[in-house]
Amino acid sequence: MSAELALLGPILAAMLAAATPLLFAALGELVVEKSGVLNLGVEGMMLVGAVCGFAVAVQTGSSTLGFVAGAAAGAGMAALFGVLTLLLLANQVATGLALTLFGVGLSALIGQGFVGIPIADVPELYIPGLTDLPVIGKALFGQDALVYLALAAVPAVHWFLYATRKGLILRAVGENHAAAHALGYKVVRIRFLAVLFGGAMSGMAGAYLSLDYTPMWAEGISAGRGWIALALVVFATWKPGRVLLGAWLFGGVTIAQLHVQGLGIDIPSQLLSMLPYLATVIVLVVISRDVARIRLNAPASLGKVFHPDA
Amino acid sequence: MTLLRLEPRGEASRAMVYATPLLAVALTLASGFLLFWAMGFDPVKALHAFFIAPLMSLRGLGELAVKATPLVLCAIGLAIGFRANVWNIGAEGQLTLGAIAGGGLALAFYGEGGWWLLPLMIVAGMAGGALWAAIPAFLRVRFNASEILTSLMLNYVALHLLNYLMHGPYRDPDGFAFPESRLFEADAVLPLLVAGTRVHLGSLFALLAVAAGWFLMARTFIGFQIKVIGLTPTAAGYAGFNQKKIIWLTLLLSGALAGLAGLGEVAGPIGQMNPTISPGYGYTAIIVAFLGRLHPVGILLAGFLMALSFIGGEAAQIALGLPKAITGVFQGMLLFFLLATDVLIRYRVRFGAKQVVGRAAA
Repeated sequence: MSAELALLGPILAAMLAAATPLLFAALGELVVEKSGVLNLGVEGMMLVGAVCGFAVAVQTGSSTLGFVAGAAAGAGMAALFGVLTLLLLANQVATGLALTLFGVGLSALIGQGFVGIPIADVPELYIPGLTDLPVIGKALFGQDALVYLALAAVPAVHWFLYATRKGLILRAVGENHAAAHALGYKVVRIRFLAVLFGGAMSGMAGAYLSLDYTPMWAEGISAGRGWIALALVVFATWKPGRVLLGAWLFGGVTIAQLHVQGLGIDIPSQLLSMLPYLATVIVLVVISRDVARIRLNAPASLGKVFHPDA
Repeated sequence: MTLLRLEPRGEASRAMVYATPLLAVALTLASGFLLFWAMGFDPVKALHAFFIAPLMSLRGLGELAVKATPLVLCAIGLAIGFRANVWNIGAEGQLTLGAIAGGGLALAFYGEGGWWLLPLMIVAGMAGGALWAAIPAFLRVRFNASEILTSLMLNYVALHLLNYLMHGPYRDPDGFAFPESRLFEADAVLPLLVAGTRVHLGSLFALLAVAAGWFLMARTFIGFQIKVIGLTPTAAGYAGFNQKKIIWLTLLLSGALAGLAGLGEVAGPIGQMNPTISPGYGYTAIIVAFLGRLHPVGILLAGFLMALSFIGGEAAQIALGLPKAITGVFQGMLLFFLLATDVLIRYRVRFGAKQVVGRAAA
């Protein structure tokens, strides 16, 4: 086996891991947006999920409880957003920004006692035979459970949205909330549930970062991944399958940047660190330039305030 | 659900427009009281250290103006954009680029400056910020890409660019390995306005920006177009207003002001280039813009309040050992409460079940 091929396995494995938080957060936000709500607070929910997950895992010694706590914390933040935008009819863009700003501060406050504390890595899967396969074994059969959970969430979300009655109703609410309301569907309740789901997924994404990917707590650990997840939803034109594609693409860019640094190619590391953000801008441009496609796929009520009397 | 009900007012309440920011501040203070108490601090002492003690000296008041300066400069520009539904959240990056461009000149002409250097730096700072904002403007107008996401992504790019420069070209040649530049020479530093404080010429620029922002929005046709586009884009389309022009204008303007803010920091209180120019002024300015009701005079007041949250956070950290992160929590809470209470502007809260009466649609 050549040296390049031997490198491919770890790169593939690292790419899948790097794609996992994006996958969680973007799938959650996709469901939220499908219900007609734009929650720009993904970054904030992710950070609070990361710090709460980490804190609980350190206190209890259980990473499973950590993930649950991360999801719960993300959902709690999302509930705040839901109360403001759905019950008090606040502007969704402004409230989402507020959620992120609040989350950055809150996570730093909660996490101040947890900086620099080491935590045991989450054990990876081992299937005798399969995990030992050359090149792809470790990447496909040697990851930890969260990676597979994120992958499984892709068909699950797709199935829910396009093959169940509840998914159909959720999409109807997102396309035309007035018509859905007239048909007797509880617009606010459905949206609130979608927002909670999105928050839990963002919280999981954060907990994956602090418990597994890094694994440690540092202020601003998500480093803009919440915003990249938001861009991924647009990139995917609100289709779950394409979120997977986008997440892998970004996982690839993140890893490529690290490996270029590792190979000693003479580009300053700070400039390489720009790559994921620049890539986000570029794919956003490529997708958005097709105005008709965006208009066709974006939920028609996205970001609009709903009040039954108005 | 029928216990509490929102009933549309026929017309937005003017009184509530002014009352809700005060209500939000009061609710934030009340929550702060509870938060400090829950964290095991004496809440009265903590709130005093946070919000009152810093204002008890001339130096403290000066620091308030120093911190309010970049916030007001950024927020004036952002608010004009927000009015037109142009969501520039890249003020942090534009501020950084202003510092990079203006500060770069100070370093390039180190030892060979003159009276012309400072004006040139100011122009360069504004141009740097405007150029950085021109990227999301171009991508939005030409390719329909969301300026929210592109401007935000560019914040991270700007930060990495600054980091690169501080570890490379901008680093002090005699400063060993520290990522800091030389101290700017006297002809590259903004003059102080008040003896005994650090209040610099930038504060005057901020006041000018407040006046100019008010004039633009209240007295010019462009300001009128901005407001119409923000309120009813379709009407603006029928009236033949050029939306693309407004996107360009609002982004370039807010970028230039943010760039000026960044230049004001490095040529003002900091006096050199370093990797941590801003403690998040560009993000806090978003809160300032909303808290100030997107109105220049309101922004001036809100800028001082938010500046207080920065210096109060530092003072409370020193006096009581409160964690610095509490500043961000306060800022986020304030915006939450403001957005929550804003419902009172257009709706009345009613208790009990709905009464069937005829009324005009809101």
